[in-house]
Amino acid sequence: MSAEPVAAVVIGASAGAVQALSDILPRLPADYSLPIMVVVHVPTAPSGLTTLFAAKCAMAVVEPDDKEMIAPGSIYFAPPGYHLLVEPGGSIALSADEPVLYSRPSIDVLFESAADSFGPGLLGIVLTGANEDGARGAAAIEQRGGRVLVEDPATAYAATMPAAALARCSAARALSLDALSDYLIRAGSR
Amino acid sequence: MSHTPAEPVEDIEIKLLLEALYLRYHFDFRHYAKASIKRRLRQARDQLGFATFSAMQEKLLHSEAMVGTLLDYLTVQVSEMFRDPGYFKAMRERVLPHLRTYPSLKIWIAGCSHGEEVYSFAIMLLEEGLLDRTMIYATDINPGALEIARSGVYPLDRIAAFTRNHQQAGGKTSLADHYTTAYGRAVFDKKLRAQVVFSDHSLVTDEVFTECQLVSCRNVMIYFDRPLQDRAVGLFRDSLTRRGFLGLGSKETLRFSEHAGAFTDFVREEKIYQRSEA
Repeated sequence: MSAEPVAAVVIGASAGAVQALSDILPRLPADYSLPIMVVVHVPTAPSGLTTLFAAKCAMAVVEPDDKEMIAPGSIYFAPPGYHLLVEPGGSIALSADEPVLYSRPSIDVLFESAADSFGPGLLGIVLTGANEDGARGAAAIEQRGGRVLVEDPATAYAATMPAAALARCSAARALSLDALSDYLIRAGSR
Repeated sequence: MSHTPAEPVEDIEIKLLLEALYLRYHFDFRHYAKASIKRRLRQARDQLGFATFSAMQEKLLHSEAMVGTLLDYLTVQVSEMFRDPGYFKAMRERVLPHLRTYPSLKIWIAGCSHGEEVYSFAIMLLEEGLLDRTMIYATDINPGALEIARSGVYPLDRIAAFTRNHQQAGGKTSLADHYTTAYGRAVFDKKLRAQVVFSDHSLVTDEVFTECQLVSCRNVMIYFDRPLQDRAVGLFRDSLTRRGFLGLGSKETLRFSEHAGAFTDFVREEKIYQRSEA
């Protein structure tokens, strides 16, 4: 795994996402030092995710507009119907391109663009889900020197997605939700 | 040797490819947002079977047939009729009452792609009794997309979504009143485009061509970098009459634009802006 300090975090989740994210994100402190970008597969707009997590989290929870600058201490949820990408230079870019693996937003699209922008400083986390979105993106993160963690498929609500990512990433580790939270807190505490 | 890490070869190749596209064919994508264009180019490279962007560039420089293919990867967007129904509802209920006071109207739909939004506006204006005094300018840089827009023909399997959106947007007619079906396709009524001028226009390199009361440009500028967004918004500002309207995509904003001061929020939640008086 990368020895670089973590500069940014990307998270992908599908079936069972709300429960899994609820076990992780509310534990992060208000002065958390990293930005976190999250893609959750949601069937249709509008998404109540931002409202839901804003009420639970100490960190700022944002559904970003296009070209918004990425700030430490904020959690960015991909808007429903848009892919969320990271521009080199650290701003959000949205795209209405066709769905990838039937999903828009797509985890792969976020992970690949963030890997290009953050390189070894990126931490990617693949949580519960019943499809294979995120596996390709996780591989791209590893290729660029970043690190990948997945929710332990043995205990995940839906094992397919973390298992697919694990299969594509030689250095990825599978952790429980508790251990993932601890890891995140350590990586981004001031 | 410098310790600064070299720019990745792929990024260098992309710059060169876009430069070649501009120098050879005058399509200027050099100020498109990097992350999206990289994704689209990777898709084109993989699906067209090139090993590298350099190989693609060679083909592009020496074969004109390659331009259209590449343009489709770089420009064509997936849209729907009445996409974001709330936007069209706000247009109908909040903006049209103002536009109704003009004896004749000009509307510019910038980056119209396959024309879904053009027909959406035409149907809404027809329902509101405004179509026959409105001129719609529908522009795009992709000639193939403009051709599809002009034909007004869409696969039948898309009609269910269009119909649902139209109803949610406050449609006063049945969408089926406006098309006939043949061979698995829906053919939209010719009279919807009697007042439409389809035209090649680039927000990157072209200038203002008309004065209008409404510009709708949705999910086009999200593919631009900030300086290019400023250029495009500048064109809209110069094109709009005082108190004219500008509609953007649901996650687009003028907040970061150098022209933000030239506009005020009109329907904030639907990203409809009004040109200021000054």
